[in-house]
Amino acid sequence: MLDRATDISAKDDTTRRVRFRGAGFVPASSRFGGWIALAIVIAIWQAAGSTGLVNPLFLPAPSAIVRAIYQLAMSGALWQHLSASLLRIGVGWLLGTAAGIAVGFAIGLSRLARSVGITFISALFPIPKIALLPLLILWLGIGEEPKIATIALGVFFSTAISVYSGVDAVPRNLIRMAQSFNVPFATIVRKVVWPGALPAILAGFRITASVALLLVVSAEMIGAQYGIGAFVLQAGNLMQTDQLLAGVVILSVFGLVVGKVINLLETRLLHWR
Amino acid sequence: MDLIANHISHHFGDLAVLDDISFTVGAGEVVAIVGPSGCGKSTLLSILGGLLQPTSGAAELRSAPPADSLNPLTFVFQDFALLPWATVEENVEFPLLHARLSAAQRRALVEDALRRTGLTDFRQTYPKQLSGGMRQRVGISRALSVKPAILLMDEPLSALDSQTRELLMEDFVRLLADGGMGAAYVTHNLEEAARLADRIVVLSRRPGRIREVVTVPMTRAERGEGAAREKLLALQNQIWSLIRNEAIDAEREVQHA
Repeated sequence: MLDRATDISAKDDTTRRVRFRGAGFVPASSRFGGWIALAIVIAIWQAAGSTGLVNPLFLPAPSAIVRAIYQLAMSGALWQHLSASLLRIGVGWLLGTAAGIAVGFAIGLSRLARSVGITFISALFPIPKIALLPLLILWLGIGEEPKIATIALGVFFSTAISVYSGVDAVPRNLIRMAQSFNVPFATIVRKVVWPGALPAILAGFRITASVALLLVVSAEMIGAQYGIGAFVLQAGNLMQTDQLLAGVVILSVFGLVVGKVINLLETRLLHWR
Repeated sequence: MDLIANHISHHFGDLAVLDDISFTVGAGEVVAIVGPSGCGKSTLLSILGGLLQPTSGAAELRSAPPADSLNPLTFVFQDFALLPWATVEENVEFPLLHARLSAAQRRALVEDALRRTGLTDFRQTYPKQLSGGMRQRVGISRALSVKPAILLMDEPLSALDSQTRELLMEDFVRLLADGGMGAAYVTHNLEEAARLADRIVVLSRRPGRIREVVTVPMTRAERGEGAAREKLLALQNQIWSLIRNEAIDAEREVQHA
């Protein structure tokens, strides 16, 4: 007699293949899909502009925007505006990040700092920081300081929140493990809490980079001679939409570059995930 | 060095978890702590290891630990508690980083611990690349690196499959064979308790009180022999009969909660 467990040849009318039901819900982005879609959109946009379907005053063709960027670069104006914005973003982001990390760790590790800090952060975080710019101008003058301070404030709150959330998310069992080996507090912070909170801190960097970009443009639109925000506003006032969109493209490229840098940081620092 | 539970009681708010627990883990002795779910076994181990302050009573140490012990009371955790961003070697080295040791001494301790747990070839591996059994070996290796006098093991095998559990139990028997190291071993698995312990402290359901302390009438070496199997089974049945009704009540309590 055949062993039923190994006999696979005996088939009848009721024999049928088990239907596959496990497809989907595993979205994987194709490597070139996004670029191809972007190229198609730009091509349609260009065609619409070249054939006169769209008024170039309202939406200039991509070629006009590229031309505008080229002219800006050649005239030296691009570097003048870009360097002013980069300086404000860089200094503001660094100041806000340093303060946010320090306060975030204090809130994450100290009961006193938590009870005081969370109250203040909850009260101040929802305020649109750009609304404080006039006050900051009053306090700090009309130079670079109020713009940098606005960016630093915006970055500070988001960083502090992501850092203390990250510290809170460090598995307590790892801290207890370290304590069970009598590991000193400072070593626990350095070797357990910091690396444990790093994923949240880097995720916070992604958000604060966008916040800094938003605030620098807003601040420059309110009161600056140079900077991408000032340039975009000026182009808009003069109805130079190709120049205006050139500024927008530069901002977009800046955002992409920052995103790539953070991706690189994550790959290097969080390779263990 | 002996570890003493001296009239330990503990409450979490209004909830009484442990009630007047007293026993001793002698030098080189393995004491298993068993009882129904929620009877406070892990809480008791945390108190014994100084990770939790008891409401009353105290965990005490008697006589000096071995001179070379860097952390006389050392935990082996149920969930391994490995640093995911550190390699096997770095995890084992972690508790030694703050000790006053030269780099060569530290390296020697790490090497010895890795060798004793069969992890030498996995030193550069990250925890996520290891199976559950191997991760627990890293946890044991880390514990051995500080040369403990008493291991505090909180259900170290409960997260593992039965085959891995069997293999690690053999490792424990081997590591505890020379009597140089004692252990307080919390488990809900009576087979583990009977195989490894010299004495078994049986706790009642919450609040955990000592119902009985059972002495295992065989050496650990004898327990590996076929003839011992029936005796061990009888011992497990004896302990099970002590806690069965309370385990059922505890289970019902969990269901109702």
